[in-house]
Amino acid sequence: MMQLFDILASAGLWAAILRIATPLIFGTLGALVCERAGVLNLGIEGIMTIGAMIGWLSVYHGADLWTGLLIAAMVGGVFGLLHAGLTVSLGLSQHVSGLGVTLFASSFSYYVFRLIVPLASTPPTIVPFQPIAIPGLSTLPFVGPALFTQTAPTYLAIAIALLMAYIIFRTPVGLAIRMAGENPHAAEAQGVNPMKVRYGAVVAGSALMGMGGAFLTLSAFNSFFPTMVQGRGWICIALVVFASWRPGRALFGALLFAFFDAFQLRLQTALSGLVPYQLFLMTPYILSIAALAVMARRARVPQALMQPYRRGER
Amino acid sequence: MRFERREHRPLYLLVLTPLLAVVAALALSGILIAIAGAPVFEAYWRILTGAFGSRLSATETLTRATPLMLTGLAAAVAFRARLWNIGAEGQFYLGAIAVAAASAKLFGTLPAPALIPLLLLVGAVAGMVLILIPLWLRLRFSVDEVVTSLLMNFVALLFVSMLIDGVLKDPLAFGWPQSQSVSDHAMLPKLVARSRLHIGLAIAIALAIIVHFIQSRTVFGMQSRAAGLNPAGAVFAGVQLGRTLVKVACLSGGLAGLAGAIEVMGVKGYVTTDLSPGFGYSGIVVAMLANLNPLGVVFAAIFTAMMFVGADGMSRGLGIPTYIADVTVALSLLTMLIALFFTQYRIRR
Repeated sequence: MMQLFDILASAGLWAAILRIATPLIFGTLGALVCERAGVLNLGIEGIMTIGAMIGWLSVYHGADLWTGLLIAAMVGGVFGLLHAGLTVSLGLSQHVSGLGVTLFASSFSYYVFRLIVPLASTPPTIVPFQPIAIPGLSTLPFVGPALFTQTAPTYLAIAIALLMAYIIFRTPVGLAIRMAGENPHAAEAQGVNPMKVRYGAVVAGSALMGMGGAFLTLSAFNSFFPTMVQGRGWICIALVVFASWRPGRALFGALLFAFFDAFQLRLQTALSGLVPYQLFLMTPYILSIAALAVMARRARVPQALMQPYRRGER
Repeated sequence: MRFERREHRPLYLLVLTPLLAVVAALALSGILIAIAGAPVFEAYWRILTGAFGSRLSATETLTRATPLMLTGLAAAVAFRARLWNIGAEGQFYLGAIAVAAASAKLFGTLPAPALIPLLLLVGAVAGMVLILIPLWLRLRFSVDEVVTSLLMNFVALLFVSMLIDGVLKDPLAFGWPQSQSVSDHAMLPKLVARSRLHIGLAIAIALAIIVHFIQSRTVFGMQSRAAGLNPAGAVFAGVQLGRTLVKVACLSGGLAGLAGAIEVMGVKGYVTTDLSPGFGYSGIVVAMLANLNPLGVVFAAIFTAMMFVGADGMSRGLGIPTYIADVTVALSLLTMLIALFFTQYRIRR
């Protein structure tokens, strides 16, 4: 019991929560904006992988960290464009297209990585984003070191969550996105082109996914290795349902999830040898499944999610 | 430019499209090979000869194709009924570990004629159990099974890792996490002497034919297709959707579990966490390349296995990363999707 309390009271835990949450925040927001516009994007796992790889590669070849993040976003957007082309223009199954994008993007990432780093036992590293202590706030006791000494992309992720909540619920663009996901026919009647809106949402959402992946190599770790995304993309898809398609709740969900993840990591060290470590590693995935089961029925799914829109066809 | 639904699909189109899709995927990966600075045609020639150039390589390719046929069938039967079972990888591992456990702890002393069928059954049932969890969540809580069945893959692999680190650990493996071996007489007979090719290939092909028969000639097959084409219409026509989906799930999960069982009993004899180089995920591509046709799965699996086996030799010879095989296979899925679209629609200006 004392051990549990010690874990919970350490500032390190709370700092880790924000760090673990960051890629999930990016990914969940990315998936959320796609789904709000009516497109399920299962390409996320692969898009995060290529974001991680391309971000690392750019910095490794001399780009600065922000440029690396930007390039990851752009490449993510390109893969989003591919997914949008298949699902929005051609109206193909969003499930299968998304899986195809994931398989392609991740194997492509591994291929390019291996071309550049043929057979190194230790992968080459870069200098990652350093924690920024926010003046004034970071010196607060406990809260300071926990919340206000993160790397820049973490602050960016939180800002994007708030911005996205504003855009979706308070601006005409947000209204168009929601209409494309709820009732594209009505959107068309209102003079909104649902195809264009869906393209825009999928590309923008995929760019966010790419940034989420890049966070892993540019901020959390300092190198790329295959399978580093480790199912985070799928967890983001689950978190979107948990968040009931609302950006604010997505932020909360990612933090809650990261809390359990950071907690199990520390519990694992505390209880090492007593309980198989695999049981702890399972918890994030089981939690995601449980979150889906609890939230799925209550959540309000965008009505036209996964329905291809073709003009004049119903 | 707009698309218009085709009234009927000419046969030549249905035969040509998968071939065209594969050619397009090969051309696209050819660009990547060229960027890496290797001669493209020689690379593909080496893949082909690396996969079929000798007796040894041909049997290797067919050995690799065997689990792909089964996971491909698993995906095909599920996708037909629009049950998105993406969990074949986990079901594969659960089938494999169930066989190792049953052989080591329960039935290891039975004679081969009783043991082998029993273990195959155990593997299939393990796969079924795993897919029934996401299906239950879908039917009970309306949770999309794509994400749940996928997340189960991670859980299943960790579960296997836990077992082979613990109760099923082989004490003779010098500390490597590896399961106890299945008993010698549980190993599947060889199909070709002095090779790794085992009777599992024949089982997989026979199952493809049986599944084809089930889908085209039985009431269950028709119901599962109706459930996929138009769930609401199927219910209206008196198909019990839940019950049909349970049967489809059992068939799909059972095939994936069987793939794991057969891989253990045919090739390795024990389970490690790298038993499958993504057979479950490649099975999805195999199913799509075959346009969900069970007989097509046999050929699609051989093509996919050819890419993987051939790429090894090509990689050694030309210094191209073996991941090019995964890239080509993934690209084939995407080009196949587009090709299928054009069997259903034509372009109208």
